[in-house]
Amino acid sequence: MIRLDNVHKTFGSNRVLRGLTLEIERGTSMVIIGGSGTGKSVALKCILGLVTPDSGTITVDGQQAGTGDRDAFLARFGMLFQGGALFDSLPVWQNVSFRHLRGSLKKPKEQAREIAIEKLRRVGLKASVADQLPAELSGGMQKRVGLARAIAADPEIIFFDEPTTGLDPIMAGVINDLIREIVVEMGATAMTITHDMSSVRAIADNVAMLHEGVIKWTGPVAQMDNSGDPYLEQFITGSAEGPIEAIR
Amino acid sequence: MSSVLAPLALIGALTMNVLAKLGRFVLFLLRSFSHIFRPPYYPKEFAISLLTIGWLSLPVVGLTAIFTGGALALQIYSGGARFNAEAVVPQIVAIGMVRELGPVLVGLMIAARVTSSIAAEIATMKVTEQIDALVTLSTNPMKYLVVPRLLAALITVPLLVGIGDIIGIAGGYAVGVQNLGFNPAAYLKNTADFLELRDIVSSLVKGGVFGVIAALMGCFYGMHSDRGAQGVGRATKGSVEAAAILILAANFVLTGLFFSV
Ligand SMILES: Nc1ncnc2c1ncn2[C@@H]1O[C@H](COP(=O)(O)OP(=O)(O)OP(=O)(O)O)[C@@H](O)[C@H]1O
Ligand SMILES: [Mg+2]
Repeated sequence: MIRLDNVHKTFGSNRVLRGLTLEIERGTSMVIIGGSGTGKSVALKCILGLVTPDSGTITVDGQQAGTGDRDAFLARFGMLFQGGALFDSLPVWQNVSFRHLRGSLKKPKEQAREIAIEKLRRVGLKASVADQLPAELSGGMQKRVGLARAIAADPEIIFFDEPTTGLDPIMAGVINDLIREIVVEMGATAMTITHDMSSVRAIADNVAMLHEGVIKWTGPVAQMDNSGDPYLEQFITGSAEGPIEAIR
Repeated sequence: MSSVLAPLALIGALTMNVLAKLGRFVLFLLRSFSHIFRPPYYPKEFAISLLTIGWLSLPVVGLTAIFTGGALALQIYSGGARFNAEAVVPQIVAIGMVRELGPVLVGLMIAARVTSSIAAEIATMKVTEQIDALVTLSTNPMKYLVVPRLLAALITVPLLVGIGDIIGIAGGYAVGVQNLGFNPAAYLKNTADFLELRDIVSSLVKGGVFGVIAALMGCFYGMHSDRGAQGVGRATKGSVEAAAILILAANFVLTGLFFSV
C-alpha cells in the first residue's frame, strides 16, 4: 500500500503540493486526474524520491520512502515518464532491457533482447524498431517504448504519467487494456496520470482529483459520475464554466 | 539608509552565492571520488569514455602541439639571436613544451572539446528527465555517468599530454632542422640530455590533474543544469569557463610545487 500523508512541496514561490493525502491499496489501479500544472507529475516523483517533499510523509508498505536500501526500494517500481525520457544514445531494445543488461537483474544479452522484443510487442511495436534509436521514432512510438521499459522488469508498482497522450484512439485502447491486464493478471499496483476520460474509465479502480495542491475528490470510478463535487463535474464535462478557472 | 547598505547587501548575496556553489562543488567532488571505490562498475561506459575522451582527442592534441612546437622554435631562434643565443633552441623547446605548453594547451583543448561535450550531454539528459529515469532503473547517475568519464580522463589526459609533448618537440625539431639549419643528431641529443625526469613527471601529473578538472567540471555543470535549452547552454558555457580557469590556476600552483626549489 502506498500512503501519502499531508505532503507539501514548493518550488520557489510556486506552492505546488499543499497537503496531499492519498492512499493506494496494493493490487489496485488508481488514476489521478487534474488540471495541467497542478502537480500530478511532481506527486509521483515525490513517491520515487526524485523530488524531495518539504514536509509530510510517504510510505510504501509501511516503509518510509527514501529510507533503507534505495536500490531495493526502486527495484519494486517501474515508471513511464511524461516525456518518455528514453536514453537517446541507446537503441530501443537496450532502453527497454536497461535493467536486464546491468546490475542485479543482469541477464545474457540474447535473453535480454528477447524480453525487450516481447515487451515491445505488448505495447504494439514491431520487432524491427528494436534496433532503431529513440530519435528515429515518432512521439507516440517513443511513448510506447517508455511504457515497455517501465514494465520490462515486471515491477510490483507501476507509475504511468500520461500513457495515452499522443496516441491514436486504437493504440490508446491497446495501452488501456495493457494497463488493466497488468493490474488484474499480474497483481501489480498502478498509479496512472491521464487527461483522457475514456482512459480513466478503462483503467481505474479508484480515481483521485488533484486541484490546488490537494485531493479534491477521491473514490471508486463507479461513483465518479454522481459525485456531486462541482470541481470533478466540471472536469468530467470539460466545461469552461465552474469553480476551476480556465486560466492557470 | 537602505540605499547605503544596498551595495553591501549585494556583496553579501554574491559571496553567499559563490560559497554555496563552492560547497556544492566540494560535495560533488567528494561524492564522485567515493563512488570510484564502490561497485557496481560500468565497464562499457568506461570503454566508451576512453574512446571519446582519449582516442578521439588525438588529432586535436597532435595539431595543437605540432604548430606550437614549430612556432616556439622560430620564436626562440629569433629572440635568442638578439644576444647570440640561437643555439639553445632544442633545450628551450623541450623545456617549454614539456613543463608548460604541452600540459596547458592539451588541458585547454580538452576543456574545449571534452568538458563542453560532457556538460551538454549530461545537461540534456537532466532536462529530458533521463537522469531521473536512470534513478528509477536502479542506476546511480554518479556511478553510471560521472565515474567512467572521470576515470577515463584521469588515465587518458596524461597520455595525451605525453604525446603532445613528443609531437611538440618534433614540431620544433622539424622547424629547427628544415628552416634554421640545426644538425638533426645534435638537436635530438641536446633535447634528450637537457630534459630531467622531474620535467617529465611534472608534465604527466599536470595532465592527470587537468583531466580530472575537465571531466568533473563537465559533469558538475551538467548535473546541476537548469531546465530548458537555455539551461543546457548556460551549463555548457559555465563548465568550459570554470574548467579553463581552474586548469590555469592549477597549473600555476603545480608549477610552484614542482619547480620553486
Ligand atoms: N523541477 C522543478 N523545478 C521547478 N518547478 C517545477 C519543477 N517540477 C515541476 N515544477 C512546477 O510544478 C508545477 C506542477 O508541475 P507538474 O509537472 O507536476 O504538473 P502536472 O500536474 O503533471 O501537469 P501536466 O498535466 O501538464 O503534466 C508546475 O507549475 C511546474 O512548473
Ligand atoms: Mg505532468
